[in-house]
Amino acid sequence: MQKRYFEKLVEAAVFLSGLTAVLFVILIFVFLFRESAVFFSRVNIFAVLGGRNWYPLSEPPQFGFLPLLLGSLWVTFGAVVVALPFGLAAAIYISEVAPARLKDILKTGIELLAAIPSIVLGFIGIVVLAPWLKNLFNLPCGLMALTGSILLGFMAMPTIVSIIEDSIASVPRSYKEGALALGATHWQTIRRVILPAALPGIIAAVMLGIGRVIGETMAVLMVTGNAAIIPTSILQPVRTLTATVAAEMGEVVRGSLHYYALFGIGLVLFVITFVINLVADLVLHRKRV
Amino acid sequence: MGNPKIIQKIVFFLLAAATVAIIIPVALIFIIILVNGLPALTPEFLFAAPRSGMKAGGIFPALVGTIYLTLGTMLFSLPLGVLAAVYLTEYAKESWLTRVIEVAIVNLAGVPSIVYGLFGLGAFVMFLNLGASILAGSLTLAIMTLPVIITASREALTAVPKSFREVSYSLGASRWQTVWKVVLPNAVPGIITGTILGLSRAAGETAPILFTAAAFYLPKLPQSVFDQVMALPYHIYVLSTQVPNVPVKIQYGTILVLVMLVFIMNITAAVLRARFRKRKLW
Repeated sequence: MQKRYFEKLVEAAVFLSGLTAVLFVILIFVFLFRESAVFFSRVNIFAVLGGRNWYPLSEPPQFGFLPLLLGSLWVTFGAVVVALPFGLAAAIYISEVAPARLKDILKTGIELLAAIPSIVLGFIGIVVLAPWLKNLFNLPCGLMALTGSILLGFMAMPTIVSIIEDSIASVPRSYKEGALALGATHWQTIRRVILPAALPGIIAAVMLGIGRVIGETMAVLMVTGNAAIIPTSILQPVRTLTATVAAEMGEVVRGSLHYYALFGIGLVLFVITFVINLVADLVLHRKRV
Repeated sequence: MGNPKIIQKIVFFLLAAATVAIIIPVALIFIIILVNGLPALTPEFLFAAPRSGMKAGGIFPALVGTIYLTLGTMLFSLPLGVLAAVYLTEYAKESWLTRVIEVAIVNLAGVPSIVYGLFGLGAFVMFLNLGASILAGSLTLAIMTLPVIITASREALTAVPKSFREVSYSLGASRWQTVWKVVLPNAVPGIITGTILGLSRAAGETAPILFTAAAFYLPKLPQSVFDQVMALPYHIYVLSTQVPNVPVKIQYGTILVLVMLVFIMNITAAVLRARFRKRKLW
C-alpha cells in the first residue's frame, strides 16, 4: 500500500516537472505583461509604438519605441545579409563537398564559435572589428549598425549552419542518386534537387537565426554605439531593443514609468521571438509529414 | 552556358572559401585571446581581489561568483530538467499536451537572454523579494538552461533500448522502479554531457544576471545565497565599458579565464560523450 502511494507521488512530481517548460513560458509572459501593463495603461500605445523619440529622462519623458525597433531591425537585417550566404555555403560545403576528416574539423570550428560567450565577442568587436571598420570606411568611430550586423551575423552562423546541414542530411538519398544517375553533375544535383528539397530547413534556419540575433544583448550593446536615433545608414550608431533594457535597467528608479517602459520593451521582444520560434517550429515540423 | 564541370569546380571553390571565411576569424579570436591573456595569468591574478579601481589585482571574487552561480543553476535545473525529460519519454503519450510541452521547450530556448533578466528581476528579485542575490541569479539562469537539459536528457533516455524496460516490467517492477533502476542509470552519461553544455552556457551569460545577481565590486566574498556576487562575464563588461583605462592585460586575462572555464566544460562534455559511446553495451 505504501509503495502505491509512493509511486503515485512520484508520478505526480514527474508530471508536474513535465509541465514546467509550459509553466515558465506562461510565467514569463505574465510577469512581463503585468509590469508593462502599468506602462501601457498610462501612455498611448500608438504614440509609443510609432513614437520617434526615446528620451526617457527628459521632462516630460518621451517613450517612442520606433528608434529602438528600427535599430533592432537594421542590425538584424544586416546580420542576415552577412550570415545567410556564408552560412548556406558552409552548410553545403560541410555536408556535400568536404572530405570526411576536414568535415569534422570544420564542424568543430563552428561549434567552438557557438561556445564563445557573447560578452567575449562583444569585447573583440570593440577592440578588433570596430577599429578595422573605422579605418576601412574612414569614419570617426567604428561603433555602428554595421559592426553589430557583422558581429551578430557571425554569432548566428552556428545556428544557421547546423540547421541547414541537418535539413540537407535529411533529404532522401534516392533523390540525389536519381539526379546523378541522369547525368547531372554533383553541383547541378545540389542546386536543382537537394537545395529545393531542403528549403523548409533553410527557411527555418534563417528564422531561428533572426530570433537569435534580435534577442542578442551584450555584444550588440557593446558595439553598436548606443544612439537612440532613427538610423538612415548602416554606418550610423544605433540602439537596439535589447541594448536599451540592458543599459538602462541598472540605473532606473524602481517603480517609475521608465522602469515599466523597459518591461514594455521586454514584452515586445518576447512576443517577436515567440512568434518567430513558433513559425520556425511549424515550418520544421511540416517538413516531416 | 559553360561547361558544367568547370562551373562545379568554381562553385565548390567558392563554397570552400566561404567556409574558411567563417573558420579563420574563429581561430583568430582564440589566438588574440591567448596571446594577450596568457601573460596576465599568474597565481595572484587568479587568487586576489581587484585593486586600485579594477586597474590592478586579480579576479578571485568574480571567479568564485561564477562558480557559485553555475552550481546554483545546476541545483535547480538538473533535477527539474531530468524529471521533465522522464515525463516526456516514459510517461507521456502522443497527445496535444505533449506537443504543447515540446513547443514550450523550443520557445523557452528562444527567449532572449535579456528577457530572462527582466523576468528574474520581476519574479525573483521583486515579487519573491529575494533581492539581487546568488539565489535569484541561479533561478534565472536555471530556467534559461532548462530547455538544454530537457532536450539532452530526453535524447539520452530515448537511446536506452526498449527491451531494457520490457525485461524490467516482466520481472514485476513498477514504472517508476523501471525508470529509477534501469532507464536512468543507462542514460546518465548523456544527461551529464547535456547538463555540462547547458551550464557552460549559463556560466558565460551576462544579461540574465545583470539585474538579478551581479555586483560591480564587492570587497569580500558572499556569505549566503541572499548576497550579491561578482561574476566573470559581468566583470568583463565592467572592465571593457564601465571603467576607463583598465590595462589590456587585465581585460584579456579575465576573458581568457572565462573562455577557458567554458571550454574546459565543453571539452569535458565532448570527452565524456566519446568515451561512453565507445563503451556502450548495447
